[in-house]
Amino acid sequence: MYDIQSVRSDFPILSREVNGKPLVYLDNGASAQKPQVVIDAVTRGYAEEYSNVHRGLHYLSNLATEKYEGVRGTVARFLGAASEDEIILNSGTTEGINMVAYGWAMPRMEAGDEIVLSIMEHHANIVPWHFLRERQGVVIKWVDVEPDGSLDPQKMIDAIGPKTKLVGITHMSNVLGTVVDVKAICTAARDKGVPVLVDGSQAAVHMSVNVADIGCDFYAVTGHKLYGPSGSGAIYVRKDRMAEMRPFMGGGDMIRDVTRDTVTWNDPPMMFEAGTPGIVQTIGLGVALDYMTGLGMENIAAHEAKVRDYARDRFKGLNWLQVQGDAPGKGAIFSLSIEGAGHAHDISTVLDKKGVAVRAGSHCAMPLMDAMGINATCRASFGLYNTEAEVDVLIDALELCHDLFA
Amino acid sequence: MAQPAFEDLVDDFEFLDDWEDRYRHVIDLGKAMPPLEDAFKVPATKVDGCASQVWLVPDVSGDTFQFRGDSDAMIVRGLIAVLTALYNGVEVEKVPTVDAGGELARLGLNDHLSAQRSNGLRAMIDRIRGVAGQAA
Repeated sequence: MYDIQSVRSDFPILSREVNGKPLVYLDNGASAQKPQVVIDAVTRGYAEEYSNVHRGLHYLSNLATEKYEGVRGTVARFLGAASEDEIILNSGTTEGINMVAYGWAMPRMEAGDEIVLSIMEHHANIVPWHFLRERQGVVIKWVDVEPDGSLDPQKMIDAIGPKTKLVGITHMSNVLGTVVDVKAICTAARDKGVPVLVDGSQAAVHMSVNVADIGCDFYAVTGHKLYGPSGSGAIYVRKDRMAEMRPFMGGGDMIRDVTRDTVTWNDPPMMFEAGTPGIVQTIGLGVALDYMTGLGMENIAAHEAKVRDYARDRFKGLNWLQVQGDAPGKGAIFSLSIEGAGHAHDISTVLDKKGVAVRAGSHCAMPLMDAMGINATCRASFGLYNTEAEVDVLIDALELCHDLFA
Repeated sequence: MAQPAFEDLVDDFEFLDDWEDRYRHVIDLGKAMPPLEDAFKVPATKVDGCASQVWLVPDVSGDTFQFRGDSDAMIVRGLIAVLTALYNGVEVEKVPTVDAGGELARLGLNDHLSAQRSNGLRAMIDRIRGVAGQAA
């Protein structure tokens, strides 16, 4: 039994008002709110348990290190990794994908080598590959989505050629909510000897993820969307791929010995974590993942599916509202526009007055927006604490927009 | 006293007590404003710092300041219409001294001015002041 009112009461911010109206927070795709246990962990981290990690033998350093390192195991279990040594802790998906770009792809890709990407990637899984295109002549091959926003895995597989060195694919579109059959892509890519990087920023928030079952080589997640602190995150890198990777950033913690003329690296995954990390943020991430696991990922997914179905049905009843993407099995992310009336920014301004927080713009996915032929949309993205009643508030506010702008 | 066109707006807005009616009126002002021809929608007239697209075409060739503008967002178009009422006809050298925040507060629209708001109202006012300041 998923007690939504009890879940909501875990998130103090949900009881505040915005513009004199109860907050309806539907911008979870951008960043999620934090439960009290995470807020408490961050406060306690600084108030009682703070020190640098992996250094010093004093009590607090040991305590902070133990808590910080414990999160590696928590993330490994959350993602279904075989070992916590396959988890690199970082500041989020952007850092994780850049690390793969610089540390794994850059040294082994030459001019004319190819990276296959879907058109619905987030900029975090596009721009690092543009660096390789600009700097060393790597070719990006784009795979389009279907008119309903779904992605045919076979099209990704067919795009893999003899020059393809990597496939990059989102597990869930941050604009359309489309869930991609990453397992099918990984299985076929592995047969062709091509590694796959999965951007799990959205998917890991909404469904149970098992990297061993998916069979991916890299799986990146970001803490602030997982109800954890901003500046936390992790990437799963399968052991054999981690052995192939060179360090991305140099600094303290990632070395064993440094002399005037030589340097030797720490063992992986430490070798990929230079400098003082986001200690307290990471500890908070561990608590956030425990919180989600405590609710049960299956229960969260079932609750969100119920809200998604309700929203989808209500949206379908509004003939003046366009929803981009309606792929079967999509997540509770809706990109909305009102026909001939009002820019996305107009709509979000009015929704804000009604206490409804949505994202307006191109959602860090300009190639997809371009492919869909639209400038900007309003995106309502739901999380584990959202309700059908909030869908109703959203729709009332959209009706006002239709009245104002049409 | 601001420009007569702006004082007329103040009179109109006096009767609008909630935000919904004020927004409705701002949107109507935008709808009534003639659109900018596409030829003027070029990088030189585009105002950065706005979440939507905004263009301003100032004219400082006479004694008084005049400008036209447009946006692809309806609320922003309406705010441009409000700014034309505030600034058009003001002596060029006096444009930078117009207390835009104070005047917009009289319409109950000053909340659009905060730095975090990405509707670009502040960026538009900065552009108007900059152009007039240079010409004066």
